Amino acid sequence: MSVTEVESTTKIILRGRKVVGGCAEGEALVTRDTISGWGGINEREGTVIERRHELRGVSFKDKVLVFPGAKGSSGWSAYFHMTRLNNVAPRAMIFNKMTTKVALGAVVTHAPAMTELDQDPLKVIETGDWVKVDADNGVVEVTKKKR
Amino acid sequence: MRLTDAERAMLDGREGAAKQKAMDLLMRYGEALGAERLVETQNVAGAFNASTPSVRALVAKGYDAVYSELNLDSREVVPIPKMAVNTCQLITGIDNENWRTQGIADELADQQKKAEGHFGALGINMFATCTPYQVGNVPVRGEHCAWMESSAVVYCNSVLGARTNTEGKESTGAAALTGRIPYWGFHIPENRRGTHLVNVDVEVDDIMDWGLLGYWLGEIVQEDIPVLTGKIRQPSLIKLKHFGAAAASSGGVEMYHIPGVTPEANSVDEAFGGRKRQDTLRFGAAERKLAYDTLNCATDRNVDFVMLGCPHNAIEQVWLIASMLEGRKISPNTQLWVHTPRALREVAERNGYVKMIRDAGGMVMSDTCPAISRHVPKGTRVIATDSAKQAHYLPAIVGLPVWFGSVKDCVEAAISGRWNGGLQ
Repeated sequence: MSVTEVESTTKIILRGRKVVGGCAEGEALVTRDTISGWGGINEREGTVIERRHELRGVSFKDKVLVFPGAKGSSGWSAYFHMTRLNNVAPRAMIFNKMTTKVALGAVVTHAPAMTELDQDPLKVIETGDWVKVDADNGVVEVTKKKR
Repeated sequence: MRLTDAERAMLDGREGAAKQKAMDLLMRYGEALGAERLVETQNVAGAFNASTPSVRALVAKGYDAVYSELNLDSREVVPIPKMAVNTCQLITGIDNENWRTQGIADELADQQKKAEGHFGALGINMFATCTPYQVGNVPVRGEHCAWMESSAVVYCNSVLGARTNTEGKESTGAAALTGRIPYWGFHIPENRRGTHLVNVDVEVDDIMDWGLLGYWLGEIVQEDIPVLTGKIRQPSLIKLKHFGAAAASSGGVEMYHIPGVTPEANSVDEAFGGRKRQDTLRFGAAERKLAYDTLNCATDRNVDFVMLGCPHNAIEQVWLIASMLEGRKISPNTQLWVHTPRALREVAERNGYVKMIRDAGGMVMSDTCPAISRHVPKGTRVIATDSAKQAHYLPAIVGLPVWFGSVKDCVEAAISGRWNGGLQ
């Protein structure tokens, strides 16, 4: 079997809507828990800090963050904004539920972001997969991690 | 997005660089949301201060740099003119009088006062509270607003019938200069109708129970719109203030209806307005206990810090606490902070409540809260609070366990230094 054939069996293409333009790729960090900005992340370290969150203590710096959406305080955008200024922001974002918090947060993080994918990204993408987010063209390319 | 001629003029820079940057952000934000247009607003509540250590580098470049980056998402520094519409400052990180009690450096307190001097003169009203609706910014029904502060947003939409999404620091910064915000979400009447009917099967009357109901409900409905029926007694400002703050902490509730109480629902049918109902939810004794147990993460009953007043206390709450403390002394091992907006503190001072609390060994604080400032008294190991919101956030923000209970449980804990609260 050639290399391209191996790749063709392990790559998954998802299509969706651009939230913030650009193209970036990185390792996926997936959570089924919604994320709080203010009071939910440490903006200096780029980690989740919420007490009962499944990613508590985990860093999203340079990751493709895949999550259901935003919750909690209106400080969501300001805190993700600060992660960018502190160089600990996610490399891209993929989420399901559109809210003003997550929309503005994605905009000010300046990282490519997408939503409304044709399959549920929380089911298709797993932590550790390599994900390319081409928001300009509305395409997400998932390379499954060898397991 | 479709723009009016006036909006196009701002975007093209004909009204100055700041409005151009503001419109540019509103365009990017509106397109991210999928909004078709902007709507005019004359009422903005945001966060414009510059008092945290992490913005020190920006402050050194001047207040225009602070506003450009943090309130307009603009790397280019543009001169910031006076606010175009009625704008106020929400809660800040520093009590302008009691910063040393908070454990905050003089330099940071000075930084906040200087920033307030600058931004105040541009027309940003320094209410410095999470509850602008308690101190003079009370939008009327149908008014389009651009508010931050999740507890104020849910109050604005649900109790006042005004219309706002949960805005952020950058979108309120842009709205204050342009008088515009994306026409999306709660600005659109159809989106304000109920999604879930909630049958309240245990009587909800006192303020702690309103907090428990909100905390349980938010986690379940997330951003959806609950419609409450059942054993609910007529609520007041302070009860709905606590309820909404709790629901907006465990979830993202921005609107709810209580038929016969809140202005957009005279009946259950009107609350839903023909929208398809999702599952009916039930709040009974087990759900009440679940919320209580979830909020109480402490195990050590020795309490060394008691925090009251999140969202900021109404004057009658300050009076209640002062009355409970009259003629008593709090434990030497415990600190008690009672939070109220500065404008109400003036009244509390005049009434003698501040003195009553001080005589018992407590402090009345304004402008801030422990969650926002990230400061609790030095050496604190266990916190007690009457606020579901603080009980939710403080373990993450300051890394300490919290007891949650009634005002009375908390005041008694301050006096004895021990937590003896519980669910009745």
